[in-house]
Amino acid sequence: MSKIITSKWSRRGVLKAGAVTGAAISAPMFFTRNAFAAEFLNDPGSAANVTFGFNVPQTGAYADEGGDELRAYQLAVKHINGEGDGGMMNTMKPISLSGSGVLGKKVTYVTGDTQTKSDAARASAKRMIEKDGVTMVTGGSSSGVAIAVQSLCQEAGVIFMAGLTHSNDTTGKDKRRNGFRHFFNAYMSGAALGPVLEKNYGNERNAYHLTADYTWGWTQEASMIASTENIGWKTAATVKTPVGAGDFSQFITPVLNSGADTLILNHYGKDMINSLTQAVQFGLRDKQVNGKDFTIVVPLYSRLMAQGAGDNVKGIFGSTNWHWSLPDAGSQAFVKSFGAEYGFPPSQAAHTCYVQALLYADACERAGTFMPSEVIKQLEGYKFDGMGNGPTEYRAEDHQCFKDVLVVKGKENPSSQFDVLEVVEVTPRAQVEYKPDHEMFAGGDLGPANNGV
Amino acid sequence: MMKQTSATKDLIIMLVFIAAVLTAPIWLTPIGANYPDLLQKFAIYGIFAIGFNILFGLTGYLSFGHAVFLGIGSYAAVWSFKLLTMNILPAILFAVMWSGLFSVILGYISLRRSGIYFSILTLAFAQMSYNLAYSVLTPITNGETGLQLRLADPRYIDNMFTKAVSEGIPSTNLFGIKMSGYSGFYFCAVVLIICFWISLKIFRSPFGLTLSGIKSNQHRMKYTGFNPRPYLLAAFVISGMYAGLAGALLAVTDPLAGAERMQWTASGEVVLMTILGGLGTLIGPVIGAGVIKYFENIFSSIGDQNLFEMLSWLPEGMQSIVAYVISPFVGSGWHLTLGLVFMLIVIFLPGGLVSGFSKLASTFRPKKKTPQPVASTVSNASGTKEGE
Repeated sequence: MSKIITSKWSRRGVLKAGAVTGAAISAPMFFTRNAFAAEFLNDPGSAANVTFGFNVPQTGAYADEGGDELRAYQLAVKHINGEGDGGMMNTMKPISLSGSGVLGKKVTYVTGDTQTKSDAARASAKRMIEKDGVTMVTGGSSSGVAIAVQSLCQEAGVIFMAGLTHSNDTTGKDKRRNGFRHFFNAYMSGAALGPVLEKNYGNERNAYHLTADYTWGWTQEASMIASTENIGWKTAATVKTPVGAGDFSQFITPVLNSGADTLILNHYGKDMINSLTQAVQFGLRDKQVNGKDFTIVVPLYSRLMAQGAGDNVKGIFGSTNWHWSLPDAGSQAFVKSFGAEYGFPPSQAAHTCYVQALLYADACERAGTFMPSEVIKQLEGYKFDGMGNGPTEYRAEDHQCFKDVLVVKGKENPSSQFDVLEVVEVTPRAQVEYKPDHEMFAGGDLGPANNGV
Repeated sequence: MMKQTSATKDLIIMLVFIAAVLTAPIWLTPIGANYPDLLQKFAIYGIFAIGFNILFGLTGYLSFGHAVFLGIGSYAAVWSFKLLTMNILPAILFAVMWSGLFSVILGYISLRRSGIYFSILTLAFAQMSYNLAYSVLTPITNGETGLQLRLADPRYIDNMFTKAVSEGIPSTNLFGIKMSGYSGFYFCAVVLIICFWISLKIFRSPFGLTLSGIKSNQHRMKYTGFNPRPYLLAAFVISGMYAGLAGALLAVTDPLAGAERMQWTASGEVVLMTILGGLGTLIGPVIGAGVIKYFENIFSSIGDQNLFEMLSWLPEGMQSIVAYVISPFVGSGWHLTLGLVFMLIVIFLPGGLVSGFSKLASTFRPKKKTPQPVASTVSNASGTKEGE
């Protein structure tokens, strides 16, 4: 370009530039004409392939989870296309997929890096929708990103299958018609943990909350306060900590003198690893307060985090969506094919993403089209089984999956580096269910479905 | 040297720039960057970098907190969408106003110091604003989740004229023209062209000359009777308003405002863009912005699968070897590539990509009788040393 600037301006150059400008101005009409011919955005039509978009954090604080999610998606695509041993395709009930792709089309995929930032995640999702022509975007390893991408997919007119997002808001006040969440949420964690905590620690505890200072942390804290006060516990104090603080000692020291006998860590990822490790190093768990052993609770557990915290998680209660040691046929089939492919067991993030990809593909197969409004009809109120969580339902009112929740405990005698959590109780669905207009979820509106045209 | 920057030359620069920007969807096709979102990003970050260059390139004051104004612009625009109307003009107006206001305050305080102290002050303000937006001011900014539109937003002006129909969240528009997709890009492109023109006028004006004077020797300027502070503040506010405008356009094409837009990495990014493209040059920042956004969006999306497809022309054995060598540099490793490119440019082309183009141009051009540095046609008016 600089060459043109500095060279003499010829008549031919002007003509050329004029012609190109004209072509550019007519470009939008040219590009939009096809869009209106399609019944919905990114209709694969008679193409041999259909493309899914896998939008996961590949850099940043949640890169571990993101990497595991991507592995799960790649495995899901293999199974949908009939490669490998089929995994949960053999156990999912009912199932319309036959291992020959979706609606006769082979599934391909594109990937993107969310960087755990809303802006980057939306830019990446937009690239998938506008350039790569995906019919569905899935992924996300934090609620902020999931909510941002969900609303983008709603505006653009494709389906969003949420990955790991635990905030109440994803299917609460920020719910969208085109978005679906299989993962459990903060309310369910609280509801599942309550009775177990009551059984193990009694009714007279005084809880001190350390909470990650953002949306997910707040909903997690509110949910835990509700369920612990329900069993008679008191709340000594709630303290917000900055995300990614690294050093939590200044927040942990006051706990010692607060008169509290229980510390609830509403942290996730590296924050949880750091705060828990430091709390144990400060000797909190060796203390006696009010004649009771001091205890720590981590509402949202993941195996990756437990591995990071090492010995410190022993005996500490928390909840998870799924764990690889579950004995049911679906879980076993998934763990087996994931292990055969990558050499280690999948995390709960991998599980929820794998299931989401399969659920979407199956819904398209049933709908006979990739049109979002039809696929949404298939998913709303859909009941299925054999995916590792027992009988599960996608509730039509808020697009949240309802299923059993696992209460887990850090294992005292782990047999391997992956065997760090043991399942204490499988909390039945009825106990964690709530009304769609529950106060922690109120204020949202699914709105109408959007096909993007 | 001054004579070279004549009105005709400027007109030619403008015409070439306009043609290049408007035809971007065509000439960016071969490199896979011709989809609306990335084109919008090119234009918007181009505006951001042009504005930043007015401060950094002309006065030499390196602000490490410019993303704050980007964020403020976005928040102001989204609030205008929420409260007033989905028309983008009030949103842009408010965004520029608010970012201008904040840059007056920040500039007044920060510009009491120069050099590294100025940079640190702006960085401190930026970090403060980021933390405010991330958690303390959550009622205004919606914290980590980011400010988004809702169906239940009041939109007072819109609702005065039309009955609200429950058909999902309305899209941002300019009197009915939707601001997503290609129309969004063309709108941003027009704004970019106007911003470029204003920047050109500033570079050529006595005001621009004063700023360059401050950059080369502030003491000498003081001795000649100039008080540099008002000029610096004016430059700071102008570039803050540019950033606010860019922030507003981000919200116009995608109605969401998140705190990470204000993070120090975002401030650092615009510094990279400016240096990569060519500090103190007119066109450099736009090119730098384009290169960085291209890396971020396209390089990061090349996975192992695509890599093999792209290398399918190679013989069987070579394919996996080449893919093995390249794969750490694409996909999640795109930062690595960007870092390498940045290092190479800073070491071998201290004047940025623009100086590289000029060098290329001068090697291919027939020798003139009186050789003149080619870069000066596109560099700043006074012809001061740039970026070295």
